[in-house]
Amino acid sequence: MGIVSNASMGGVILTALWQTLYMVFWSTLFSVVIGFIPAIILTLTAPDGLRPIRPVYEILSFLVNVFRSFPFVILLVLVIPFTRLVVGKAIGTTASIVPLTLSAIPFIARIIETSLRETDPGVIEAAKSFGASNWQILWRVYIKESVPRILNGVVLLIISLVGYSAMAGTVGGGGIGDIAIRFGYQQYRTDYLVVCSIILIVFVQLIQMIGNHLYKRLS
Amino acid sequence: MIEISNVRKSFQDVEVLKGISLEIKDHEIYGIVGQSGAGKSTLLRCINGLEPYDSGKIVVDGTLVSSQDKAQLRNLQKRMGMIFQSFNLLERLDVYENVALPMKFWGISTKSEESKKKIRELIGLVGLEEKMHAKPRELSGGQKQRVAIARALVLDPQFLLCDEATSALDPEITKGILSLLQRINREMGITVAIVTHQMEVVKQICGRVAFLHNGSVLAQGRPEELFIRPAHPEIKAFLRDSSELLPTEGVNIQIFFLGEDSGEPVVTQMARELGRDFSICWAKLEDFRDNVYGSLVLNVEEADKEAVCNFLESKKVAWEVL
Repeated sequence: MGIVSNASMGGVILTALWQTLYMVFWSTLFSVVIGFIPAIILTLTAPDGLRPIRPVYEILSFLVNVFRSFPFVILLVLVIPFTRLVVGKAIGTTASIVPLTLSAIPFIARIIETSLRETDPGVIEAAKSFGASNWQILWRVYIKESVPRILNGVVLLIISLVGYSAMAGTVGGGGIGDIAIRFGYQQYRTDYLVVCSIILIVFVQLIQMIGNHLYKRLS
Repeated sequence: MIEISNVRKSFQDVEVLKGISLEIKDHEIYGIVGQSGAGKSTLLRCINGLEPYDSGKIVVDGTLVSSQDKAQLRNLQKRMGMIFQSFNLLERLDVYENVALPMKFWGISTKSEESKKKIRELIGLVGLEEKMHAKPRELSGGQKQRVAIARALVLDPQFLLCDEATSALDPEITKGILSLLQRINREMGITVAIVTHQMEVVKQICGRVAFLHNGSVLAQGRPEELFIRPAHPEIKAFLRDSSELLPTEGVNIQIFFLGEDSGEPVVTQMARELGRDFSICWAKLEDFRDNVYGSLVLNVEEADKEAVCNFLESKKVAWEVL
């Protein structure tokens, strides 16, 4: 019995690990790509930006804050119709990428905005003095200089998405966190709880290590 | 030539430029001098179009600097290289890439043999061949400013605008940067405009200066005319003259040495010819672009005043009773 149960535990956890990686990977990718858009608009229209437009900045900034303060569990349920529209179904690992991405966009947008706006204003002024256009400054100065800071933000995003993906279990997303709750907590299987926790700790450590290494290399 | 006439500019309610007029001629090194807050950096930023001005005119070789016509302003900016107090290099680019950057803004290929040669030559000109692929954080302040100078020259400008370029550097490094600017001015014929609050910058390289105070030009001319015998209390304050330390008894007479007569031993002659005693209470000699200028304060007894004054008059030196 012990062998059988161990073998099934291995299988369950392997499947769950794959599901976690799958959800985190795609929601990170989508949210970073989409999040760049509001981040760039915020940076350009900010009072100290290249094209200050106060109403645009204020409204977009307000929206980002509203979506950031939305509790993830509520968002999960609220976006079900939208998920069905995009994925074709509302339940499952792929379906859970939609709420994960939606909750991550305002988070990463704010992080990218902050990273871009930390660019030394003197460097921007120097670029202006050589006759650079706003788009050139955005691309060759703002984004180029902010890459390491944005990367740090993405690491932060990945780690918090690992946490959120556990909650995605409620819409049938599966994943390590889901196993830890359903087997480890609800069925009193301490071994599942321990193994899942160790996997998550190792995963987070690994991501942070890779992130730190890349940060050093890029800056 | 840069012609500035009656330029005014306000930030909210504060008028920082109150009708500035001056002229920077081709191939000269022109200093814009004054205390912090005098408006000199704002003026330089207006010349480059980084900052719009409210009224008046700035004309560069017949073209008006105006934020209305963006394309024309860009073309003017190409002809005016600029360097800054905080160097403003891109941290993630190495020396070579930083120097090449303005070319990219102008769609000039940095891959062509011609461009590569030019970038390397400029890095050579500022003496950083060995740091070609170093990142700014590996460089000292003086080296960073050298990179910034090479970057400012890469578009073949006619003008080089320097905004407190040496204020963050120590005196020895400052000297090196100034002689580099002087070389660029002499060998490449580039007109240099320098905003500074440092007298050593003015003394070492400026051919002409404008002294700005509270947004107005207080005086203009050769630095030795402005600073050896300062006509305005504001300039005296800027130089921090210690004339208050002079003796209160007797008569204090200041003698000025302005260039050609500074070699003549007026003081010892006077002692010998008049046979009277006096004390030297204060003296200062300064180098202005390799010429020595200076002044000296003598304290004589009231009874000797007339004789001394007559003697100085006969010698045709500049002097005044304090």
